[in-house]
Amino acid sequence: MATTNSAASEKKEVAVIVPVESRNPYTLFIRPILHEVAMLARFCALFFKEVFAPPYELKELIRQCFLIGYKSFPLVAITGFIMGLVLTIQSRPTLAQFGAESWLPAMVAVSIIREIGPVITALIFAGKAGSGIGAELASMKVTEQIDAMEVSGINPFKYLVVTRIIASTFMLPLLVIASDAVSLYGAYIGVNLKGDVSFQLFFLKVFEKLSFSDLFPAVIKTFFFGFMVALISCYKGYNSNKGTVGVGESANASVVLASLSIFILDMIAVQLTSLIT
Amino acid sequence: MKDCVIEITHVKKSFGSNCVLADISLNLQKGENLVILGKSGSGKSVLIKCLVGLIPIDEGNIRVFNQDLSALNAHELNALRRKIGFLFQSAALYDSMTVRENLEFPLRISKTINNTERDALVTEALKNVGLETVIDKLPSELSGGMRKRVGLARTLILKPELILYDEPTTGLDPITAGEISELILEIQKKYNTSSVIITHDVECARKVANRIIIIKDGAPVATGTFAQLSESEDAWIRSFFNKN
Ligand SMILES: Nc1ncnc2c1ncn2[C@@H]1O[C@H](COP(=O)(O)OP(=O)(O)OP(=O)(O)O)[C@@H](O)[C@H]1O
Ligand SMILES: [Mg+2]
Repeated sequence: MATTNSAASEKKEVAVIVPVESRNPYTLFIRPILHEVAMLARFCALFFKEVFAPPYELKELIRQCFLIGYKSFPLVAITGFIMGLVLTIQSRPTLAQFGAESWLPAMVAVSIIREIGPVITALIFAGKAGSGIGAELASMKVTEQIDAMEVSGINPFKYLVVTRIIASTFMLPLLVIASDAVSLYGAYIGVNLKGDVSFQLFFLKVFEKLSFSDLFPAVIKTFFFGFMVALISCYKGYNSNKGTVGVGESANASVVLASLSIFILDMIAVQLTSLIT
Repeated sequence: MKDCVIEITHVKKSFGSNCVLADISLNLQKGENLVILGKSGSGKSVLIKCLVGLIPIDEGNIRVFNQDLSALNAHELNALRRKIGFLFQSAALYDSMTVRENLEFPLRISKTINNTERDALVTEALKNVGLETVIDKLPSELSGGMRKRVGLARTLILKPELILYDEPTTGLDPITAGEISELILEIQKKYNTSSVIITHDVECARKVANRIIIIKDGAPVATGTFAQLSESEDAWIRSFFNKN
């Protein structure tokens, strides 16, 4: 897009003039973003068009649930445990200042179940499953495997994308619930490091303060997190076009954009729940 | 021309400013083996991808089995593709599946095949390419030539009426390459299939070709039988056949 200024070249100087329009912040930043969002929306619309139309790829769906859900469980469980433990240890001094140590279980539980559990688990999930999906689909694209599916009369979108998005949408909430449970156990151990609270008493205190309105919106939003992580990763992988370099780029962009979208969705979810309750 | 399987008229295709197919017109008769020759990068792979609608064309018209590709909807296009076998230059085996699952994959759409029939088809297809022993291996555990042959087996398993081979013998030793050429001929005779074969392998071209088309700068420059073209006046054309 570089042109040489004719006036400058007369003086035997070559100046590179960037056209005004490409210095405009709108064309530089906003238009590419809007374009990407529009393409993603189209991809999403295609998903909803394909998801209800037979044939259904049940076997592949189950395989993906296993790969995406079950295989992420150990990672999610470990981070959940540490999260509960650390949060408890860190919160104790502040609460102790107010002589409110007996509130520790309830406070930790509310913050884990409402906010930290879903968001951290979704971020870990974006790192593990999202990058995997992005890289796998991109390398399938690059090595013509997606084309090969297409020419054998099988709809690759349905087989590859729809199954992964459904699996991710339903596996992430399960992972979050599992992670919350492990987190609470971590919190129980954290409480008992400097004190003596029985298992029953701990959970009695936790559920005293926890209500349905803490649990329900927190679980609902994780469906959207799971959907978004897979949608973005599939979009990035499926539309990769730049050889092996593109595989890395797709994996990278999948994680970055999925993580960003988790925070944006979370912000929207929090606004909505505070409106409703 | 009543028995035309493929009719291509004035097809043009560019990628940005790179004009790959300038003006291609050709046709393929039923039961014919057509070999396409051309320098590397001359657009041969692009041409056969256009034939199955993998790459949209800019101008011109492609008719396959008397159906205009551009007029088909997704469903009709899928139905058409099931009658066509496509061997990719890179074999394009599914990495996450074993050889058996790779071969079963194209069969999944036909509901009429039961398990025993399916196993029989898979074994037969692998036997054709001499690879019965690798049935439970993953593509990453195979050599390049083996992958190519598994790709060929996967292409042939549905007994398509039209087969598009992108360099079926590249990367194979002369003996195996010869066997593959024999296999291509045998399939043509047995099922009266029509094929487009892209190859740089003169021996393969000599064996299988009923007709040869040479492509240069995105357009066909010569057409004829192996004997005609290898004795051509034009030194450039003769050079494809290692003669000077
Ligand atoms: N998806 C694509 N996007 C942009 N350019 C492409 C694309 N596919 C192919 N090309 C270009 O089209 C030209 C022809 O490529 P093609 O793969 O058809 O060559 P070929 O004749 O099959 O060569 P070879 O014998 O090496 O396989 C090349 O210049 C390539 O750069
Ligand atoms: Mg090629």
